[in-house]
Formats: sequence, structure tokens, C-alpha cells
Amino acid sequence: MADSTETQTERAPLPLGPNPRFITENFEVPGIDQIEVYRAHGGYEALAKALKSFQPDELVEEVKKSGLRGRGGAGFATGLKWSFLPKESPKPRYLCVNGDESEPGTFKDRMIMEVSPHLLVEGVIIASYATKVHHAFIYVRGELLKAGLQVERAVREAVEAGFIGKDILGSGFDLAITVHHGAGAYICGEESALLESLEGKRGYPRLKPPFPAVVGLYSGPTVINNVETLAALPAIARYGADAYAAYGTEKSKGTRVYCLSGHVNRPGNYEAPLGLSLRTLIEDLGGGMRDGRAVKAIIPGGSSSPMLGADKLDLPLDYEAVAAAGSMLGSAGVIVVDDQTCIVGATLRMSEFYRDESCGKCTPCREGTFWLVQLVERLEAGEGRESDIDLLLDICDNMFGKCFCPLGDAATSCIVSSIKLFRDEYIHHVREHACLVGPGATRAHATAEAHAR
Amino acid sequence: MVSEALKAQMRETVARYPLARSAMLPCLHLAQDELGYLPDEAIVAVAEAIGVKSDEVESVVTFYSMFHQEPKGRHVIKVCASVSCYLMGCDAVIDRLERRLGVRRGETTPDGRFTLEAVECLAACGMAPALQVNGEFVEQVSPERAERLVTFLEEGGDMAQVRNYWRQFSDGAGMATETEIGVTTEASDNGVSNTKKVR
Ligand SMILES: Cc1cc2nc3c(=O)[nH]c(=O)nc-3n(C[C@H](O)[C@H](O)[C@H](O)COP(=O)(O)O)c2cc1C
Repeated sequence: MADSTETQTERAPLPLGPNPRFITENFEVPGIDQIEVYRAHGGYEALAKALKSFQPDELVEEVKKSGLRGRGGAGFATGLKWSFLPKESPKPRYLCVNGDESEPGTFKDRMIMEVSPHLLVEGVIIASYATKVHHAFIYVRGELLKAGLQVERAVREAVEAGFIGKDILGSGFDLAITVHHGAGAYICGEESALLESLEGKRGYPRLKPPFPAVVGLYSGPTVINNVETLAALPAIARYGADAYAAYGTEKSKGTRVYCLSGHVNRPGNYEAPLGLSLRTLIEDLGGGMRDGRAVKAIIPGGSSSPMLGADKLDLPLDYEAVAAAGSMLGSAGVIVVDDQTCIVGATLRMSEFYRDESCGKCTPCREGTFWLVQLVERLEAGEGRESDIDLLLDICDNMFGKCFCPLGDAATSCIVSSIKLFRDEYIHHVREHACLVGPGATRAHATAEAHAR
Repeated sequence: MVSEALKAQMRETVARYPLARSAMLPCLHLAQDELGYLPDEAIVAVAEAIGVKSDEVESVVTFYSMFHQEPKGRHVIKVCASVSCYLMGCDAVIDRLERRLGVRRGETTPDGRFTLEAVECLAACGMAPALQVNGEFVEQVSPERAERLVTFLEEGGDMAQVRNYWRQFSDGAGMATETEIGVTTEASDNGVSNTKKVR
């Protein structure tokens, strides 16, 4: 596994210094959410350049060259995804922006939409031009009221300024953008469920193939991209693909906004190149662990990604390295868990999320997530049996890869990984009717003991 | 009562989409914002506006957690109960609110002033524990602060004032209810020296 930090220092000189902020550069500027301020800081110049200097297909190539990959979870190459759109199609094509951010541990898209909505809007216009789309939809999670209103206002301002509408900046390119508010359903972040939701239906995932690039919104060819993915486009248009690709690791280019949460001194969003080590993120940027505690586990890519042990602190946070370590970078929602946390309790909380958010369309996920919660609940309460632990793994095995969409797989991550790393702690719950660490370690388990007798 | 103005707004919304049915969620939001919940007549009105059967609208309503067919309290307090907030002590916040309001999560106070809910991740994990009052964020809440928030709302305060309110009463760390950016500049020797916490 290549050490990314070294690769970076070797590949000098870096065009924009050691730590460029392609996304968050102007986020501290007061009023950057207003179009005048955004423009005063170079806003919409990247759009003008993209329209003037690139034909749409050239722009797709430029984005391919930048190495940009999806920031929504799967990490699919953005330019490549765009090139899957059929050249000709009888139906109109669409761009759908995924602003449904609901993955536990993830809070970057909300920040981008609230703080700098024009950055997203500019990215959306650039992407629409590249993919020859004339109607884009921005799907904002319903609970993120302020984010949705900020994006709506930014779109209105951009229409008034002539960046959205007919013949944008004299380029002949037309675009309409509709902001759409969700209504509370994690599953609508899954791209095909998002399309169903946008069509006014229950958010049930669709069977793939056909993929949305071929049959998407209103059966037309459709691109779906995450907010952060699109927010990187103005910087790529402005500085060029090579400047962007000068950062990160061999296959994971550019920067990411890492969402750091949990037991660190300074949780928050940090933009840094891909390949940043977990240790640097936690110790240097996050100010170390709270109360001088030790790291017990790290969930590197939102609660859907398997947790890693403290032995993985030197792991570079890029798609390949995290995958090789048995997890995934996903949404880069890095959740840090300290040594005083009962892992069974934390796993229970994560499992409840998937039970509550399972859409109910397919049986393994609908039934499996309930069953998993029942078992973990019983174990956490000190009322479980040792055989429950293997039963959990067995249920996970029956779910993984067998559900209609990846939500079912995601539900198994925390359970399988926590048992693998901390089986002793599960056994302790069974034998001692108490947690190994944390407040539950000393609790009196009168009922549990009576039960066991 | 579904007003003529609301019906007109729904028709306008329908016109913004290539397919009328896409206006389903927006029209339901419009109705719920105006009426406070989605009574049968609202569902009928939405069905008329987009040209589908009421059953189909109702099936959508029951799928999405933000839609509700019963009225709620004037202040709806949604406390995030997902993993990052859990690690930072959200359960103690919920317990305290339950005691302070005299209701369990999911319930509304008998005077109709407050509804308390425990909800899934609100995308505020870096400022955990977090809650929303009528859609607006209050972050880094302790049980004490949650209790003071209730008192403040009981005394007639509204969310527009909450931001200033926290500045006034927050102890030490400061209560960020809003975008708080540029908090720290880190010096370190690892090539990320100017990486700032951006929020
Ligand atoms: C259950 C589930 C939830 C998801 N939630 C989100 C989300 O909230 N935001 C997002 O951008 N992608 C989410 N995704 C990933 C999307 O399906 C899709 O891959 C992504 O939006 C594509 O954009 P990108 O290529 O720019 O990353 C989710 C996927 C699954 C399976």
C-alpha cells in the first residue's frame, strides 16, 4: 500500500501549495452565500471559462482527466459516468443532484448548501453543460430546511444574473434548474429511489439494470451526482484537471471534505487531500481524543462502512486503502469511538437506524434489520445467549448481497465488523450481564440475572 | 380548510414540473405548512392538483417520515438519536426533555405546545448532540441547555431569536446554532498546516 503523504511530497511542485481547498476556499468569507459576494471572489468565472473554452465532450474528458470520483458513497469516476449517457435519445436527459445527505456521520453536503449554495449551483450548470442536459433537479433532504432555502435562493439569483435560463452567457446553452425538497426517507439517497421520489412516488429503489444513465428520470437518460462531487467542478474548470489531479493518491485524486465526529476534541468538516492519514485527521486536525482517552474504533465512511480497530490509525484515507483495510471511504463520515464506549450499545444504535429506514420493499432487508436489532438489543441488555452472536453473523450472511439494494448490505456492516473486532465484548454481555466498559459496566442486572436463572 | 390560495399555489407548483405527479411532495409540503398536518381534505386537494387518486397520495404520505396526518404541537422538537449524537450523549438530552415536558418521545404535551421526537441523523454530527425546533438547528445541546430552550420557548421566545439567545446564555464553548466557520487554524508539520476546520 503506497504511503500517500510521501507520494505527494515526491511529486513536487504542487501547483496550489500543500493543502488547497478546492471546495471550501471561500467558506469563511462573510456573505459568500450571496451572489454579489460570491462573484467578487471569482464566482461564476469558472462557468464562463467552461462555456467558452470547452465543447461539452471536451469538458467530459477534462473531468475524466481530473480523476474526480463520486463523493456520495460509491466513488464511481464522474467523467466516466457521464460518458455512459447515450449520444442520441428520443427522450430529454436530466441531471439529478443528490442532496439527500442522511448517512449517519455525514454532514458535508449540508454545509456546502448552507454556506456556499452558489458553488453547488455553478457546479450544476457546468455539469449540465458537459452532459448536454437542459433541466437539472436539485433534490435536497426535507429536514435540511435552511440548506434547501439557500439553494432555492441561489438558483433564483443565478437566474436573475443570467447564469441559468436561455442562451447562458451567449453560449447558446439553455438550462432550467428545479429545487426539490424531500420529505424524510434515508432510502431516497439511493439514486434510483431518489428518481422514484422525484416522480412523486414512494421511495422504493428500482431494479438495475437498466441504469439511470440509460433509463432514469421520466425514463430519460439521467446523471445523478452528489453535492460535493458537483461542488468540485468549478475548481476543476478554473485551475484545470492537472492541478486537481496533482493532489491525492494514484487513484483517488483531489481533496475531500472529511466529516469528523465522535470523541475528538474538535469535530467538524475538514477539507484535505485524499490519502490524508486517519491519525493526522484525528490528532492534528481534530485536536486528539477527548479527555485524553484512547481510540477504540473508527467508522471511516459513515455508519454503512465497517468499523476499523485502533491498529488502523495510519491508514491513508483514500478509496483503495480503506477498501484494502476491509471497509470503505463512502461518504467520508469519519466517526471516532473512544475506549470507554460499549461497542454493543453503539452497534445497537446503528442497527436501529437501518431497521427504521429500511423501505420494506424486499424481505431480507425488511425482516433482517428487525431481527438484527432484536438480537443486539437482547445482548446489550445482558439477556442474550452466546449462540446469538453467531446467529447475528448468520443473518448478516443471509442479507449481504441478497437484498434489493445496498441498504441491506449496509445494515450488516456494523454488526459483522464489531463482532470481528470485539467478540469478547459481546461474550462479556452474555456472561456478566453487563457492559465491559462505560456506564453499563457497573449497572445491576437484577432482571437479566433473574432471567438467566 | 384548504383555501383557494393554497389550491392556486399547488397548481403553480404542478406547472414547474415536466410531469404533474412530480409535484406530489412539494404540494404535500405546501398543504402541511399551511394546515399544520395533512387532514383528508388536504390529501384530496393534492390528488386533484396532480390528477391522481387520493389513495395514491395517501400511500406516499405514509411512506415519508416528515408527513403526518394528525396535528402536532406548536413547537416540534426533533432530537437526533443517531450514532454520532449518541456518542456525545443525546440520550441524556432526550431523557431530560421527556421529564421537563412530561411526555415520552413521539408524544405531544396536553396543552399542544410541544411535540418531542427522537429522529435519525440530522447531518449535524460535528456539532453533536443536535436538535431541531420547527426545522431550525440548535447544536451542541446539553441536557441543561435543552431545558433552558424549553423555558425560553414557553416564555414566548421564537426560533428567530434562538441564535441570540444562545450567545447570551451559553456557557463557555458557545452555542452554535448557525454556520460557524473558520473556527480554528491548525499548525502542524505534516503538510496540512493550513487546513482549517471549515465548520
Ligand atoms: C441506502 C443508500 C443511501 C444513499 N444516500 C446517499 C446520499 O444521501 N447522498 C448521496 O450523494 N449519495 C447517496 N447514496 C449513493 C447514491 O446511490 C449514488 O451513488 C450517488 O448519489 C452518486 O453520486 P456520485 O457519483 O457523485 O457519488 C446512497 C446509496 C444508498 C444505497
